[in-house]
Amino acid sequence: MANTTTKQKSISYSKFGYMFIAPFFLVYAFFMFYPLINTVRLSFFGNQGDSVNGLDSFVGLQNYQFILFGGEGSFAQVSHDNFIQAFGNTFLLWIGNFVVQIVLSLLLAVWFSDVRIKTPGTGFFKVVMYMPNIITAASVAGIFLMIFGNSEFAAVNSILLKMGVLSEPFRFVDNVWSSRIIVMMIQTWMWFGNTMLLLMSGIFGIDPSIYEAAAIDGSSGPSTFFRITLPILKPIFFYVVITSLIGGLQMFDIPYMFHVGSNVNDSLRTVAVFVYERFTGVKNYGMSAAASVILFIITVFLGMLINKFNTDSTAPKKKRKKV
Amino acid sequence: MADSYNQSNKAYRRSLMTHSIIRLIVCIILTIICLFPLYVIVSNATRDHQDILKQGISFFGTDLFKNIETINSPTKFAGLFKNQFLLWDGYRNSLIIAGFSTIFTVFFSGMTAYGLVVYDFKGKGFATNFILAVMMVPMQVVSTGFLQFMYQLHLVGGVQAYIALILPAIAAPSVVFYMLQYMRSSFPLEIVEAARIDGCGEFRTFLQIALPIFKPAFAVQAIFAFVTSWNNYYTPAMLLGPADNNLKTIPMMVQSIISADKLSDNGAKYLVITLSVLPIIVIYLILSKFIVKGVALGAVKG
Repeated sequence: MANTTTKQKSISYSKFGYMFIAPFFLVYAFFMFYPLINTVRLSFFGNQGDSVNGLDSFVGLQNYQFILFGGEGSFAQVSHDNFIQAFGNTFLLWIGNFVVQIVLSLLLAVWFSDVRIKTPGTGFFKVVMYMPNIITAASVAGIFLMIFGNSEFAAVNSILLKMGVLSEPFRFVDNVWSSRIIVMMIQTWMWFGNTMLLLMSGIFGIDPSIYEAAAIDGSSGPSTFFRITLPILKPIFFYVVITSLIGGLQMFDIPYMFHVGSNVNDSLRTVAVFVYERFTGVKNYGMSAAASVILFIITVFLGMLINKFNTDSTAPKKKRKKV
Repeated sequence: MADSYNQSNKAYRRSLMTHSIIRLIVCIILTIICLFPLYVIVSNATRDHQDILKQGISFFGTDLFKNIETINSPTKFAGLFKNQFLLWDGYRNSLIIAGFSTIFTVFFSGMTAYGLVVYDFKGKGFATNFILAVMMVPMQVVSTGFLQFMYQLHLVGGVQAYIALILPAIAAPSVVFYMLQYMRSSFPLEIVEAARIDGCGEFRTFLQIALPIFKPAFAVQAIFAFVTSWNNYYTPAMLLGPADNNLKTIPMMVQSIISADKLSDNGAKYLVITLSVLPIIVIYLILSKFIVKGVALGAVKG
């Protein structure tokens, strides 16, 4: 008897559960899930830039074929070349900033959480180092465009000219490698503070008595780092790498805006820029959708890696609970 | 014996001291690297174009008001500064979008997490796992289908685009995930039971009892939601790209100024960039303590 009443009770309350979660799922379905399906659908349809097939014609896997393998006609070939280049650029820009960023962040995270050697002003440094991360990306691009401008009047050029290092202004923004290196630098500048704070939260989770034991046993600084800190940090380290890689695949703002004039720098065109260019101006939905789907598949794969390789898959959750 | 102990102790302390100083120096260098670009834009915003041409980086100048005049002038550079960079409109638009997005994100994420923690219902496990699974799906991946769909609904290029910019904030999987963690660890379900016995309705329990308890968690998430939305260029540019200039957001206006070739007044350009970062830096300086603490809590890296 008592059993049935409680059961009835839980049934009567369960409808509130649905009501509480309904707004989220309705909005998600409308603004994210349907657009995702729509993207997949559009990837099988034609493009405006394609003179043979119109915008509304079903073309099967042709868009994928074009961007992945190229094809006959300049439209297919240009799309293919651009996409492959965009993929290369994305990876290059990511790896170039990530290697520097992770080394720097790890070093700082270990320093700031060191109980033996205190760095004065840790709180201040954390605040300052995270600050670039909250500044509007459009403004950041503007700042660095002004500092590393092409002309002899831009800050860096004018200093180098005055010092006699250069005899004529160097076109930092137009040059393939200097523009890439500057964008990598900007990304590092923006993100190292964030990565540092994530890694620090992982280090704080380590039991201090382990370090005490290591110190008593005469473990030196580097060996403590490589034999204790790094192995324990592995799950969160892995989490940082994969989330950064997923973030890197979407890299858009800085590469898109770091140019002078109206055209995006070819050497900075990432996959996200490739997609954006195709669905805004010319409405080549099919092409941009196909590129998006490829990006999506890679993202899903990387997301699954987090769960699989992380033997301790609750690492980020645990960390959240503790703090 | 005691002497040699003192000696080695001294040496040990000295080595600690040296390490500490080396670290301090590295940190100071990094601090300068972090702050220097900001110093350049703020100081140059107060300098005249000709001054900047002569010397790219220098101390603060005295021409701030001249630069303010330039960006407000209807005649200089054919009024391009004034037409492209509508400061107050930009602040207003960014504030409307970021403000409503933040409220929606925090409130509905809290509501969703509350529903998943407090109630038992069929499909609850699925709903939770779904939210965890879609946390990593970025906007960039769905934007083609999103934009085409928004064109069909006529939500592109006017005031109505604000609907498409604000409403999606209701579904923020990573915030829900964070709230779930928070509620599971620090929300006693007995409170809900007690409220029920006292005859409190379910929604009232949520609004008047649960919400105040979640305030700290909400605050942290609200700061991040606001900053993310304020800084967002991608979605607003997509939906408001064809719109009138007075409907655009601050990042869009900055982008249009920095990419314009013809605007050759550097002092005014520096001022535009300074004005665009000013509100966010003020917010950061006031709330930095919470922000730095909150980064590792719920941030999904972008």
